[in-house]
Amino acid sequence: MTPLLAEGTTRAAIGAAEGALQQGAWLLVALPLAGAALLLLGGRRTDAWGHWLAVAASWGAFVYGALLFLDLRSLAPEERVRDLTLFSWMPAGGFQLDAGLLLDPLSLAFVLLITFVGSLIHVYSVAYMEHDDDRRRFFAYLNLFVASMLLLVLANSYALLYVGWEGVGLASYLLIGFWNHNPVYATAAKKAFVMNRVGDFGLSVAIMIMFATFGTVTYAGVLPNAGEGSTNAMTWIGLALLLGACGKSAQFPLQAWLGDAMAGPTPVSALIHAATMVTAGVYLVVRSGPIYEAAPTAQLAVVIVGAVTLLFGAIVGCAKDDIKKALAASTMSQIGYMMLAAGLGGIGYVFAIMHLLTHGFFKAGMFLGAGSVMHGMNDSVEMRRYGALSGAMKTTWATFGLGWLAILGVPPFSGFFSKDGIIETAFATGEGWRPWVFGMATLIGAGITAFYMSRLFFMTFQGRKRWPAEAHPHESPSLMTVPMIILAVGSVALGGFLFVGGRFHDWLEPVTGAVEEHHPVIAKYPLMGLTLVLVAVGVALAWRQYWQAEVPQTAPRGSWITRAARKDLYQDDVNEAVFMRPGQYLTRSLVFTDTKGVDGAVGGLAAAVGGLGGRLRRWQSGLVRTYAASMLAGVVVLLLGVLAVRG
Amino acid sequence: MTPLLSVPVAADFVAPTVDYVAVLPMLIVFGAAIVAVLVEAFAPRASRFSIQVGVALVGLIAALGAVGKLIVDGTRVETAGIPAADGTLAASIVIDGPAIFLQGTILALSILAVLTMTERSTDGGAFTPQASAVPGSPGEGAARRVGLVQSEVFPLMLFSVGGMLMFPASNDLLTMFVALEVFSLPLYLLCGLARRRRLLSQEASLKYFLLGAFSSAFFLYGAALLYGFAESVRLADIAAAITGTGRPAVVGQDGLLLLGIALLAVGLLFKVGAAPFHIWTPDVYQGAPTPVTGFMAACTKVAAFGAMLRVVYVALPGARWDFMPALWGVAILTMVVGSVIAIVQTDVKRMLAYSSIAHAGFLMTGVLAIDKIGISGVLFYLFVYGFTTIGAFALVSLVRDAGEDGVGGEATHLSQWAGLGKRHPMAAGAFTLFLLAMAGIPLTSGFMGKYAVFSAAVSNGAWVLALIGVLASAVAAFFYVRVIVLMYFSEPSGSASVVATPGVGTLFAILLSVVVTIVLGIAPTVLFGPAEAASLFLP
Repeated sequence: MTPLLAEGTTRAAIGAAEGALQQGAWLLVALPLAGAALLLLGGRRTDAWGHWLAVAASWGAFVYGALLFLDLRSLAPEERVRDLTLFSWMPAGGFQLDAGLLLDPLSLAFVLLITFVGSLIHVYSVAYMEHDDDRRRFFAYLNLFVASMLLLVLANSYALLYVGWEGVGLASYLLIGFWNHNPVYATAAKKAFVMNRVGDFGLSVAIMIMFATFGTVTYAGVLPNAGEGSTNAMTWIGLALLLGACGKSAQFPLQAWLGDAMAGPTPVSALIHAATMVTAGVYLVVRSGPIYEAAPTAQLAVVIVGAVTLLFGAIVGCAKDDIKKALAASTMSQIGYMMLAAGLGGIGYVFAIMHLLTHGFFKAGMFLGAGSVMHGMNDSVEMRRYGALSGAMKTTWATFGLGWLAILGVPPFSGFFSKDGIIETAFATGEGWRPWVFGMATLIGAGITAFYMSRLFFMTFQGRKRWPAEAHPHESPSLMTVPMIILAVGSVALGGFLFVGGRFHDWLEPVTGAVEEHHPVIAKYPLMGLTLVLVAVGVALAWRQYWQAEVPQTAPRGSWITRAARKDLYQDDVNEAVFMRPGQYLTRSLVFTDTKGVDGAVGGLAAAVGGLGGRLRRWQSGLVRTYAASMLAGVVVLLLGVLAVRG
Repeated sequence: MTPLLSVPVAADFVAPTVDYVAVLPMLIVFGAAIVAVLVEAFAPRASRFSIQVGVALVGLIAALGAVGKLIVDGTRVETAGIPAADGTLAASIVIDGPAIFLQGTILALSILAVLTMTERSTDGGAFTPQASAVPGSPGEGAARRVGLVQSEVFPLMLFSVGGMLMFPASNDLLTMFVALEVFSLPLYLLCGLARRRRLLSQEASLKYFLLGAFSSAFFLYGAALLYGFAESVRLADIAAAITGTGRPAVVGQDGLLLLGIALLAVGLLFKVGAAPFHIWTPDVYQGAPTPVTGFMAACTKVAAFGAMLRVVYVALPGARWDFMPALWGVAILTMVVGSVIAIVQTDVKRMLAYSSIAHAGFLMTGVLAIDKIGISGVLFYLFVYGFTTIGAFALVSLVRDAGEDGVGGEATHLSQWAGLGKRHPMAAGAFTLFLLAMAGIPLTSGFMGKYAVFSAAVSNGAWVLALIGVLASAVAAFFYVRVIVLMYFSEPSGSASVVATPGVGTLFAILLSVVVTIVLGIAPTVLFGPAEAASLFLP
């Protein structure tokens, strides 16, 4: 097995946190957590101003994060990894684990993304949830989510990461099922939770193997020594971590929950199921880079999972008529890109995280746009009932359009730099069949992405109007449009900003190590050209079919592949057939064994004892002569017993 | 013609010095018993009952106070009567740690028992107005109408308590036999005094007397054989003879020793209700007036196990390898028989009788540990079991048939207990607590008791006994919990039953039992400390 990434990388050593600013980094988590606690415990009294408190907590965390970022930036690159020990968490004999935070370029990149996008979505939600009776509870959950997510990315050990990991899972569950009076939504929340449990199981197994192998679960204890552990152990850790990442990031084969998760309010979809939580798996893989570098098999598995998911999501996205589900499929596909890049290692880490950031902006922007459309269309999500909304909601149309251009990878928008980087890296990494297979997957994925995103955009905003007479599409209030505009700015410029001059590459270097670029199997510029041609073809196809041609208001039957894609490529059916039904059979047979076997044995034993009792009872005849005789017999037996011992 | 009485008074007779303080508890109780007899003879009928209750309570409480003084003083007296040089008046009573602990336990329990015997608030009490009347005869009816009261129960009971105090403090086999008879004979009478179901009660009394006499004979014969072996009835002398350090035993007389041990054991095993000598227990427990059953179940067990501990630990340690296997068999049989037969009982008093047999088996595992922690475990177990039992029987005496004219006789059939939890939550709750304690559920005193004796058995290699004990406990838990289920989750099916409003005495007895059961379940060290400190026998 040849490693995908042969050369060793040097990563910066960890230093202790210095200065009041770094020492106070726990405030990042504490601020939104306090917000959540206040809102949940304060009850109805906080209804009037609670949402503004949540918004303030989130912005406060962003300001603190930005200050920390500037602080770290003022240091030399090799000093930018800082460890902050908070308190002794698990002092168990020989096992000492402190709760602590790790401040480094990677975690701070996430902190800025989470707090900035998160705060914008907080603001947006103030207007979006205005008419909901439980707005306060919604903001409490949002704050809880932000706190958990920050803990997840700031933790300095896998154990503390796990706490955040579970925290975001909980917040996700609560928010998907926020309108749980609708049984379908409640089921969706449960589905997300259960599928995440499968992934969490993988993460916990990985932590256990880590502890067995290294005797510690801190990054500082595990990652620098990953090369010294046996390849076998590293492979198992890597695969178990991948299982965890698949659950949280909706990657194949644990992707089925994401589409249903769109049951939550749209800001939730934007924040949790597009920009932040679902990218936690990518964070986990990048953070555990040294482990994967020591386990080529696991690394290959990551790439395969990414490639399968990116195509899977893209195909599903082509057939969805529900605007949020189409976006969810697209999210799945884009995270597939990130996962693939993270599995490639080296420069792949940089592009994975860069795409994660740009995607966080443009996808969140598009989700907010979708929310704005729904807001104006009486909460309808049916794209076949949209059409020609560009006139009615100009801001939404413009911001959504910029996001669309970004995800397509049209230069010079954000997505171009990050996605093109991934395609290039895929064509450049590994040897033999790998660059071709993985490269072609990303290339084809880009073409399909162009098709389905254009389809979505055209069906919604262009073509002929198909909405019913009672709909009165209108632009949303500025509390909603301003965040969308800000995110659109990111969609336009963030990619270029990060890419030009290797800015982001240099920033991440203390974490990923110095990386050199490889030469792709197809030359750089022809490859770029090829990508753009495919994108153009995708857009043209969508234009012909969904702008020029009449879009039927009820979906035509479609080819078998369309039908399969509408049903999410039968992922639920597969799950039901492979896991649910055998599981039910197993449960039923266990119940059967329990009632017939265990209960039968117990019942039989009880009956036997009862029968014995009934028989012995006859001894008690009530006749005193029988009693005396039985006593005498007892005396004889006792005498014989005593004598027999001596004899 | 030889003079009928030619033996001259020995010139060198030395009167035994008696440590009166040490034997004060027994003296007080016997004294109170004699006063009670006089009261019965001379006090006017109208005030007799209340005077008797007063005498009994004052006597028992004073005796308990005397025991308290012994505890406070830390008195340990080897012999109450210091023997003369030749030992003709052998040290017959020993007041040591176990004796003091057991006497205190017996006195505390008998005070509660007296309180339950005073219960007359509903239908004139548990005792027949005239014991000699033929059941159901016009004479009996007449006696009831004129309001005759059977107040002899109190002197009888005081004599019995006195014998019980003496039994575990006896330092030789003859004193022990006397004590045995002193506490047994009044009990035989008490059993026949039930107010209702007179025939059953009299039958129980007669059975108990016949079988008790039978077993006493074995005990006495065993004592005689041991005297033949050791030429002494003193426990310490027997122990010395067995080890060969005392008076040299005749070679080849081991048969005397072995048969003597076995026959002596029969007498003790009969009193504790161990299988196969348990067979009187259910009939007698069922037939006796319920307050007497409670008294008998609690106090007899304490006294008899105290005596068994003393015999095994003081007289026979040298011969333990001879009798242990047989007693192991008895213990196992007792646990199994008690637990298994209890399952099929339909009468709550009979069920509790079999439960007491099972408990005798559990207690024997502690005795057979042959270790200091075995002694303290048994002492603890006896204390907590005694309180649980008195409380349980006091409650049984309150659950009555719902007759046309208010409350009727005791509703002892289990089907009459169905649904009691809804109608009388307090009574059902207290009974549930006692049942859980008997089942040995944690946070009740019964759990700590079982834990104490089983752990003593395990740490001394008797893990087989402990294992069977645990299994038997599991079986026993079934029938205890079945009653709880019946009380709370079943609809009443049998004839209706009501819970009579208890008088002050019964109420106090039940409440104190509840408190002891809970407190010793949560803070067992309160009693474990004293039990451990008391667990040293003086020879």
